[in-house]
Amino acid sequence: MIRLRNVNKYFGNFHVLQDVSLDIVQGEKVVVCGPSGSGKSTLIRCINHLEPHDSGEITLDGLTVGTPKDVLTVRRTAGMVFQNFNLFPHLTVIENCILAPKLASGVSDKDARKMAEEYLARVHILDQAWKYPIQLSGGQQQRVAIARALCMRPTVMLFDEPTSALDPEMVGEVLDVMSELATGGMTMICVTHEMAFARRIADRVVFMDAGRIVEVAPPEQFFTAPQSERARTFLSQISH
Amino acid sequence: MNFDPSTYWEALFSWPFLRGAMLTLGLTVAAHMMAILIALPLAVVLNGPPSALRRLITVYVGFFRAVPTLLQLLFVWNALPQIFPVFREEWFTPFLAAWIALSLNESAYQVEINRAALSSVDSGQMAAGQAIGLKKSHIYRYIMLPQALRVALPPTMNEFITLLKLTSLASIISLQELMTVTQINVARTFQFSEYYAVALTWYLVMVYSLMGLQKLVERRFRWSSRTEANALAESRRSRGW
Repeated sequence: MIRLRNVNKYFGNFHVLQDVSLDIVQGEKVVVCGPSGSGKSTLIRCINHLEPHDSGEITLDGLTVGTPKDVLTVRRTAGMVFQNFNLFPHLTVIENCILAPKLASGVSDKDARKMAEEYLARVHILDQAWKYPIQLSGGQQQRVAIARALCMRPTVMLFDEPTSALDPEMVGEVLDVMSELATGGMTMICVTHEMAFARRIADRVVFMDAGRIVEVAPPEQFFTAPQSERARTFLSQISH
Repeated sequence: MNFDPSTYWEALFSWPFLRGAMLTLGLTVAAHMMAILIALPLAVVLNGPPSALRRLITVYVGFFRAVPTLLQLLFVWNALPQIFPVFREEWFTPFLAAWIALSLNESAYQVEINRAALSSVDSGQMAAGQAIGLKKSHIYRYIMLPQALRVALPPTMNEFITLLKLTSLASIISLQELMTVTQINVARTFQFSEYYAVALTWYLVMVYSLMGLQKLVERRFRWSSRTEANALAESRRSRGW
């Protein structure tokens, strides 16, 4: 359902993504890891066209990413969760969730609220629906961000280091919600440094370095017997 | 002491002064609204990537900031009809001339305020709006502008008050606003203190009312404060969100 073929991306002279090819099937959970600056975030931001790629082909559910007339459809098909939550601070939790369904999908206010309540309940934060983001903890905000993305009924969820900005005691609640989502069959691509989480939910781990995909392997194999020297170094660096 | 209270009270609510005050306020509101209308799209362009249009806007802003407001007023009222005959007709009133001149003048200042306010909104907000599949116009209307407004409001209010007083320059093109009416009465009677006090009173009433209005609008922005967001959320909940 997601297909990347020889994708290249430059920031000025910097070659962030070099000939990246990857196929992800429906229901698959893929964890992307690698050192900082390796192009992980750029990779998933290319999938929903937040970053336009320079060459190569990306398709999502049969849509060619980058076709101007399909840009909005692509973004509604792929939900995204950011490192810094990026909730809309001037809107309450539930208003954050119903904004796009109402504006983009033309759902009525009543139906949008019903759906938002359903998803807020699923991320265990329905009791805070009337609050403003600033009143919530980081973990709570990130769960709202997940609900907001789900309200567009995406077929794939993209997570860009969803727990990196959180205090350690809040990481668990967000990862729990993500695990529940994975169990429910959602297709997920997740950039993360949470290796225990990757081991638990991932079908495949994609290891990137310097803009290239260096290794793709099931988590057991990747964590116990990485094939590449670069992956071995990376794993030893993060496991101290 | 030579202050005649009856002259003051009589003039305060007399039709010429009421009309003058209304003209002053009306011209200010009309000019500022037009200025904001002009400035908003310009600010959005200035906030975007470099382009020829952006350079053009920079020249526009520089031009209207450099030329004295008085000269702009005189130019629109006196020179424009000389250059374009259509402005020699009856419909081209001092109010219209002042409105055009002050709108253009104010838009140059308002562009900078709007640009700064827009760029103060975290870039993640735009990305989040795009990621949920909103189109650009919706992102600006529902996400960027409401947040930018919070930053833009205090300097915009400053501009409004400055503009309110700048309208007195329009007395030079014979617009019967508050200061013109005052001058006419002073010239007629030499009762300086009474009529100046009337003008002063009306300016104070207008500015203090505006400050009150600003406070009311700012209550809508309590979402930005950790300590006050709760009160706003509670009050909205009690009214049924």
